[in-house]
Amino acid sequence: MCGIVGLFLKKTELRPRLGDMLTDMLVTMTDRGPDSAGIAIYGDEVDGLKITVQSDTPAEDFATLEAEFGGAGRTVRVVDTHAVLTVPRAEAADVAARLEARGLRIMGAGASMEIFKEVGRPEEVAARFGIRAMGGSHGIGHTRMATESAVTTLGAHPFSTGDDQCLVHNGSLSNHNQMRRKLAGKGVFTRTENDTEVGAAYISSRIAEGATLGEALEGTLRDLDGFFTFVTGTRTGFGVVRDPIACKPAVMAETEDYVAFASEYRAFADLPGIGAARVWEPEPATVYFWER
Amino acid sequence: MLTIDMATTALREVNATLQAQAREGGQGRFVLDNPRGAHAVAVGLDAPIEVIVKGSTGYYCAGMNKHATVRVEGSVGPGVAENMMSGEVEVAGDASQYAGATGRGGLLNIRGNASSRCGISMKGIDIVVHGNIGHMSAFMAQKGNLVVLGDAGDALGDSLYEARLFVRGAVRSLGADCEEKEMRAEHLSFLKEILARAGADAAPEEFRRYGSARKLYHFNVDNADAY
Repeated sequence: MCGIVGLFLKKTELRPRLGDMLTDMLVTMTDRGPDSAGIAIYGDEVDGLKITVQSDTPAEDFATLEAEFGGAGRTVRVVDTHAVLTVPRAEAADVAARLEARGLRIMGAGASMEIFKEVGRPEEVAARFGIRAMGGSHGIGHTRMATESAVTTLGAHPFSTGDDQCLVHNGSLSNHNQMRRKLAGKGVFTRTENDTEVGAAYISSRIAEGATLGEALEGTLRDLDGFFTFVTGTRTGFGVVRDPIACKPAVMAETEDYVAFASEYRAFADLPGIGAARVWEPEPATVYFWER
Repeated sequence: MLTIDMATTALREVNATLQAQAREGGQGRFVLDNPRGAHAVAVGLDAPIEVIVKGSTGYYCAGMNKHATVRVEGSVGPGVAENMMSGEVEVAGDASQYAGATGRGGLLNIRGNASSRCGISMKGIDIVVHGNIGHMSAFMAQKGNLVVLGDAGDALGDSLYEARLFVRGAVRSLGADCEEKEMRAEHLSFLKEILARAGADAAPEEFRRYGSARKLYHFNVDNADAY
């Protein structure tokens, strides 16, 4: 079933409350997906690149991170099973390769985006990572009921396959293996067997080829088969698209202060000013997109 | 009139209170505060009571309704008034997917838009939508009337049986075995009556009627292209 939420703030005054609002929305969607949960937060931008990594044995794996990757112009922040390393952009690829060589899993990278995801109930996952206290401009979250692949940290959403890009998905793709092979032929590789990661990689590869996010989302309607409601984030944008059959639920709300997305209206109940918001169901095969 | 605050009363208790009215032969008026998008609000009612829901609800609001009048002062999620037998359900805002699905009687009056699959497999219910409806509406609809003041999405009335569809606006496409039909005096008088009942601001002459071409009732290999 899965639950998805997203929140894109239009007013800077609300930014300190992003994590709190998004966590409430995510926890409300627990009964749509209690297997695992994840959240991507677009927070303060750094000069270099923030790389978020995960480890099942953080006590051992993260003990020497500061010594190895810290120093002037770099930071290492450990949060439970995740660590966020800030490094100069020119060194990012090298650092990412060294982190992966140490057996750490890369959740995502970006000037603004940080991704936290784990197996477990959404409330516990959000508490472990202190999501409520995080500020930012926009964010997306997911509560997973696993259908296409195993219940593991790597199978949790959001999936990130490009800097500051991430995607959450409700549904299941039926041509993901074929698309995975096509993408691999272009040199775009995925880390998991998960269908959603293929959706994310498809969008990243289209953007890398020069498409706008809007065009890449239009492309999903042509090239991806199956059921999907996708919610995507980029450094400055927030987009939504549903397949032409549109049997996966989706509802959106917009006020002068924010745009919100959720699988169900329940997730909006505590948002400020929701009583006066424009609330609507996104049309099938239609791309919705906001930029700041 | 009894007001129940859903912020402090469990959903099961709310529905049990409403359902108890039938056993007690009761009538009455109930107001439900703070529905906050909850699922299965005011389901299984079986008495001529009136329920006002002060806000938006989630899935299956007023499902299986019999005799009761349920008015939602907000929007509703998927499956509102599913399998309604009689009575009336009114939605001030929009309705999500499969509104009035399999409904057998009564009136579902949606003042906003309805999404895809509105009236899917309807079996006698009357549905009035003041706004637009989405794709695959009235799919396999068997009996009853779907009246739409706005536009209809793709594949209206696919595999339709004897339900009657009236649309005032544009129809993006008709589904298999659905065709436009002549508007006769009986249809105009029916529309006049139901539009008045639904408080809809439209004239019967503005609508076009769609119904089954009856080619798919029995399998015939000559019609294979139509499936």
